[in-house]
Amino acid sequence: MSKPSAPAPDAWEELVTSALLGTARRTPPGLAPGPEAPMALLDAAAEETVRRRAGLRPARAAERPQPAPEDTRPPLPAAAARRLAILLADRAGAGGGGGGRRGTAPDLMELLPQWLSTANTHSYAAPPQLLPALLDAARGRTDLRPAALAFAGPRATWLARLNPDWRFALRATPGGGAALPPPEDTAGVRQLWEEGLFAERVALLAAIRSREAAAARELLATTWATERAEDRLMFLDSLRMGLGPDDEPFLEQALADRSRNVRSTAAELLSALPGSALAARMAVRAGACVSVDRSLDTPTVVVEAPHECDAGMERDGVVPKAPTGRGERSWWFGQLVEAAPLGVWPGRLGGRTPGEIVALPVADDWCNELHAAWCRAAVRQRDAGWARALLGAPAAPEAGGPGAVSLAERAKLLSTLGSDERAEWVAGFIATHGLSEAFQLLGVCGVPWAAPLGRAVVDALNIARDAGSYPWSFSGVMGLAERCLDPGEAGRLEGLMAVPDEGEDASPGAGGYWAEAFQRLVSTLRLRAAMREELESA
Amino acid sequence: MTQQGVRWTADQVLALAPDPASRKAGSKLGAAGPWSEAGSSDEGTVWGLCKGSGSKPYQTVIDIADAAGPAYKCSCPSRKFPCKHALGLLLLWAGGEGAVPPGPVPDWAEQWTEGRRQRAQEKRTAAAAGSVAASGDPEAARRRAERRAARITAGATELEQRLADLLRGGLAGAEQAGYGMWEETAARMVDAQAPGLAARVRELGAIPSSGPGWPVRLLEECALIHLLDRGWLRREGLPDGLASTVRSRIGLPASADGPPVRDRWLVLAQYDTADTRLTTRRIWLHGTDSGRTALLLSYGAAGRAPELALPVGLELDAEVSAHPGSGQLRASLGEQFAPPAPAVTRPPGVTTEQAAARYGDALRDDPWLESVPVTLDQVIPVPDGSSWQLADADADSALPLTAAARSRPGLWRLVALSGGAPVKVFGECGHRGFTPLTAWPEGAGEAVRLC
Repeated sequence: MSKPSAPAPDAWEELVTSALLGTARRTPPGLAPGPEAPMALLDAAAEETVRRRAGLRPARAAERPQPAPEDTRPPLPAAAARRLAILLADRAGAGGGGGGRRGTAPDLMELLPQWLSTANTHSYAAPPQLLPALLDAARGRTDLRPAALAFAGPRATWLARLNPDWRFALRATPGGGAALPPPEDTAGVRQLWEEGLFAERVALLAAIRSREAAAARELLATTWATERAEDRLMFLDSLRMGLGPDDEPFLEQALADRSRNVRSTAAELLSALPGSALAARMAVRAGACVSVDRSLDTPTVVVEAPHECDAGMERDGVVPKAPTGRGERSWWFGQLVEAAPLGVWPGRLGGRTPGEIVALPVADDWCNELHAAWCRAAVRQRDAGWARALLGAPAAPEAGGPGAVSLAERAKLLSTLGSDERAEWVAGFIATHGLSEAFQLLGVCGVPWAAPLGRAVVDALNIARDAGSYPWSFSGVMGLAERCLDPGEAGRLEGLMAVPDEGEDASPGAGGYWAEAFQRLVSTLRLRAAMREELESA
Repeated sequence: MTQQGVRWTADQVLALAPDPASRKAGSKLGAAGPWSEAGSSDEGTVWGLCKGSGSKPYQTVIDIADAAGPAYKCSCPSRKFPCKHALGLLLLWAGGEGAVPPGPVPDWAEQWTEGRRQRAQEKRTAAAAGSVAASGDPEAARRRAERRAARITAGATELEQRLADLLRGGLAGAEQAGYGMWEETAARMVDAQAPGLAARVRELGAIPSSGPGWPVRLLEECALIHLLDRGWLRREGLPDGLASTVRSRIGLPASADGPPVRDRWLVLAQYDTADTRLTTRRIWLHGTDSGRTALLLSYGAAGRAPELALPVGLELDAEVSAHPGSGQLRASLGEQFAPPAPAVTRPPGVTTEQAAARYGDALRDDPWLESVPVTLDQVIPVPDGSSWQLADADADSALPLTAAARSRPGLWRLVALSGGAPVKVFGECGHRGFTPLTAWPEGAGEAVRLC
């Protein structure tokens, strides 16, 4: 507020000066010096203080910020908004408590990612007053940022410009929150592409690619020759989304790029297009290496790895130098098979189906090398038939061990299957091999888990409990179950919440801890059911 | 009165928490998992068994029938009050029918609620009898009051002497003197049974270290203490209203003697301030029909939440009685005729110009007033260098935010709510600036707590 003017602008300053020095040294003008002076000074100061306060007036307004852009999404249902406030409040109190996940109460912060993704599928607008807490949460947890910022919407970036603590939101959002130009605004698109910051350009390219694949490629072509190598690599990577036969000429041209990384990325993308010329060249090269020897009692696959990496192979993205500890010829061979279209093999190997091919014996220890390359090809080409063949039966004994196909590779193969098939395979795997190897595979299953998978996990947990181990040996799976089990399963779990009688060979007290863990599982499922209902009650 | 049929909101429940840690712990227990045999009765009792770390579950029971605020009992060893179990159970209950079904009260819960209600009844009867007894011996009461007045007069006279010494020697010396001198003087005022003076004197000690401009603030505060001393010493000559104000500022207890005003009272704000001994809760109410603003105070020992909890955005059909003193807004909550319900109205607001004028006017009745409660209409939070202000949407004037308001997380809730557009803001407006406490968005939307 501003100071009142008149009647005596200096009178107050005089009083303050005298008060500082003391009336023994200085008496304000108009007051009598002497023993009564302090009281007279206080009288005058009291009057002046009240007068000054009573006369205060508003100050001039400073320059106003631009209003926040409008958020046109529908508002969050009231109950869901309250739930979000509680989930975020849980974060505010976090930090203490040692971080040990014990006890029977759900871990609310762990539910926030799921809440956010559900809210985002409904396209709700975030309640403005919760944006600060949401931004604080996203600031502390980078994994939350994409979903949190998508939910927070344009007002959050507006807000982030006013508070340096939230600067990350400007970096994460292309254009610092300024909306990308609409695709029909060609001049605006062109200008941002030519003048924008790198992050803005990547975001622009991705946005256009998601709407119209060709337009993004054409935009990229306009400046391709002048981009820096590392930028070319990032831009090229954006073509991965919606990759199609139309992209081939551009990628072919990129095979001649100055940068080796750009060349190999282009080759990788081309090899994911089974109809491309590169794929055809690779098919020829790989086909020459693999054949079936029918002269043996059982037909057997025979591998003759390439003897050199010629210029043509190198141009098509084959990396000539093998990593330490690997033979050059097997290194080149692996790359050829990985890049060759899988469709070539039935014809080459006696008209067999993928399943039959995988079942063939392989001569001279080439089996692991060959099957691993086929796995990479199946993942790259999203070929479910081959993935299925390579995965084999979930109950097969080698599925649980370190066979030709590692767990990590199995997880990738699974991701090429439909979600039901995926869940069924993992359920079968768990039923045979238990939970200890299942964590990675569970990670690629759709949430909430399909019924057979959920049941397999719960049964396996139950078996682990009966075997007398402690629940924290399974805390990873337990945590996943809390987040991924279908909330509808809560009722079936109630029997497990009781503390069982302690068996003779059980670990001491384990029954109580299991009961606690199952109680937390059930509470969390109930909570998730409530959250889902709140978000759907619009 | 029973609360039957009206479930609280989660906000209402969480407002009861004594501290953020309890709020967090309570939120976690607000799910069905750890609870068994939970239930609620039409008479306003909520109970449940909560599985803790021990073998025996904790017995938690809450009596929500009392208009003065809920009462809790829990067999857990926590010293927090209410404990996380009580909060969790209330949250569960607030969540809906399913987890806390209506049913007959179990014995263990019944015993406690019965005993409690009986004791409360006895206390009310005794209090009624007590006031009759007190008024029955006016002579003794008068003698007690005279004795206290004499002590305060002696204290005020002594304080005047100390202020005179300070001014004679100069405030510059106070910078070196430090807290000690003021602490000792404050203790003398406590002895003189003048807690209002003691609190003011204690605050003087902090001013010399409060940054640039401290001599001005120190002189202002000394002058206002002097004014209060003078007011007390010459109270016979003051008009009644001002004399009452002086008495309450000195710290003499006053009971609400104003006529009870029944209104639909909108809860505008509720916030706590705490020192080492006491938690003070301030609740601002606005009478929808009377247009009056009233302040309810409730106290709790350190670490305990005050009993009265009225979350922002609710409306009470209740009687409120004012405390004496002209311009004084303090009041006591009387009878409630219905449970609090979500408010449908918002308080009417003024411009920043009118708000500043309102504070100026209020100083006429109470020159010691730090701020007045004001609702601002159509204001926009605007950054102003390192500070913030609330600017009128339609005029070029603005109220700066107080330093305290700038450092609170509520500031960012306000800015986010506004998004650069006008909002309605309730807060305290005084010589240090404006402290926003509650805001409403321009269009539809609930009140948002900022404190």
